Amino acid sequence: MKRGLTFLGVLTGLLLSFALYEALVAAPTERTMGDVQRIFYYHVPSAWTALLLFLINFAASVIFLLRRNTKADIVALVSAEVGVVFCTVVLVTGPIWARPVWGIWWAPGDIRLTTTLVLWLIYLSYLVLRRFSNSSQTPVVAAVVAIFGALDVPLVYFSIWFFRTQHPSPVIGGGGSLDRQMAMVLLINWAAFLCLAGLVCWTRYLLEVAKREVDEAEALETLYEGSR
Amino acid sequence: MSFLAITRSTLAKDIRIEWRSKDALNAMLFFGLLVVVIFSFAFDPTAEESRRIAGGLIWVAILFAAVVALNQTWARELRNQVLDGYRVSAAPCTPLFMAKALGNFIFVITIEALMAPLFIAFYKLRALGPAWELLPVALLGTWALVVNGTFFAAVSLRTRSREIMLPLLLFPLSIPALLAMVNATTAILSGEESPRFWVALLIAYDVIFTTACLLTFEMILEAE
Repeated sequence: MKRGLTFLGVLTGLLLSFALYEALVAAPTERTMGDVQRIFYYHVPSAWTALLLFLINFAASVIFLLRRNTKADIVALVSAEVGVVFCTVVLVTGPIWARPVWGIWWAPGDIRLTTTLVLWLIYLSYLVLRRFSNSSQTPVVAAVVAIFGALDVPLVYFSIWFFRTQHPSPVIGGGGSLDRQMAMVLLINWAAFLCLAGLVCWTRYLLEVAKREVDEAEALETLYEGSR
Repeated sequence: MSFLAITRSTLAKDIRIEWRSKDALNAMLFFGLLVVVIFSFAFDPTAEESRRIAGGLIWVAILFAAVVALNQTWARELRNQVLDGYRVSAAPCTPLFMAKALGNFIFVITIEALMAPLFIAFYKLRALGPAWELLPVALLGTWALVVNGTFFAAVSLRTRSREIMLPLLLFPLSIPALLAMVNATTAILSGEESPRFWVALLIAYDVIFTTACLLTFEMILEAE
């Protein structure tokens, strides 16, 4: 277990430094946008990672409701926390990139922009609920809310789909053309981000397990003290 | 007892309590009135402008006002351990949820009916499209807010500072419904486009979340 964590940590460090070099130095400069386009190698992998983590959160919530498995609950909590962090990175890098390229910080009618923002709000409210709720049934309530959030996402998407969209259509599998070397750099960055997300989630998972053990031990101790 | 009988008796009880105390209705009405007056001072729109912004103003005012009633839905049952009584009774809990949601629906619709003339007067509103279409939009939109609101009011019962928790949970999830309500209303008031897409979206939202609420309510009620 411990060795696996160290291995993942070293791998993440190596991959991140390699990806940083590739993104800032090795990747070709984009013709019209110039160097500012390099933010793409951080913006897109963060978005994919965040979406993947939210998907994991949804799956873990369903599994928890079906099996009442504590591990699934911790996975749901951890994936939502780390997902919100990556989603924040997307929402911060997006406007930084949009300002010089589109001339505006934010396009209110844009489909992926707004969907990402609403997604971020939904998972933030999920985390607030977990923080504010203090009964032993918090996992059940949180899992139900996570499922409601996941149900909301397609509706948000369709409601904004009705507006015209400003965001470039999906680069991978969307018919858009991406330079092969740029695609390589993008995938390397994504691999690095996935490793980082995995590392953070794993550490956070161990922390949460330890925290619950401590809470349980403290509760037992109080009971013991009380019975004496 | 059948589903309908439980729903009817719970609903009748809630309406009777509300009729005698008028707590939620008065609070919502006064709150809505304040929002209307403050917005009209803040914007002071012409008839043309108000057609564009009124859809947003009306629904935001209703949303804020509805939270007042929604917060009281279950808090009322905590006194005298009524909710514990529900939990141990043999009656299924979906009719209970249905009755609570219907009760809130009736209260919020009443407020909308009372506030509509105020809006028309303060914002010099006159619909350029077919005005009767506002009725299905109001019914579907109110149900969308109220069904999730009733559910999340039950969720927030388990939290500290539950009155703040309800809007924090409800508003992000209500964004698509609110978007549909506002755009449908603006489409009807300005008469420029058809609200059909938005009404379809509201129907989908209502069906999806009503089903989800009914399926998961038992877990929320039993969670203690």
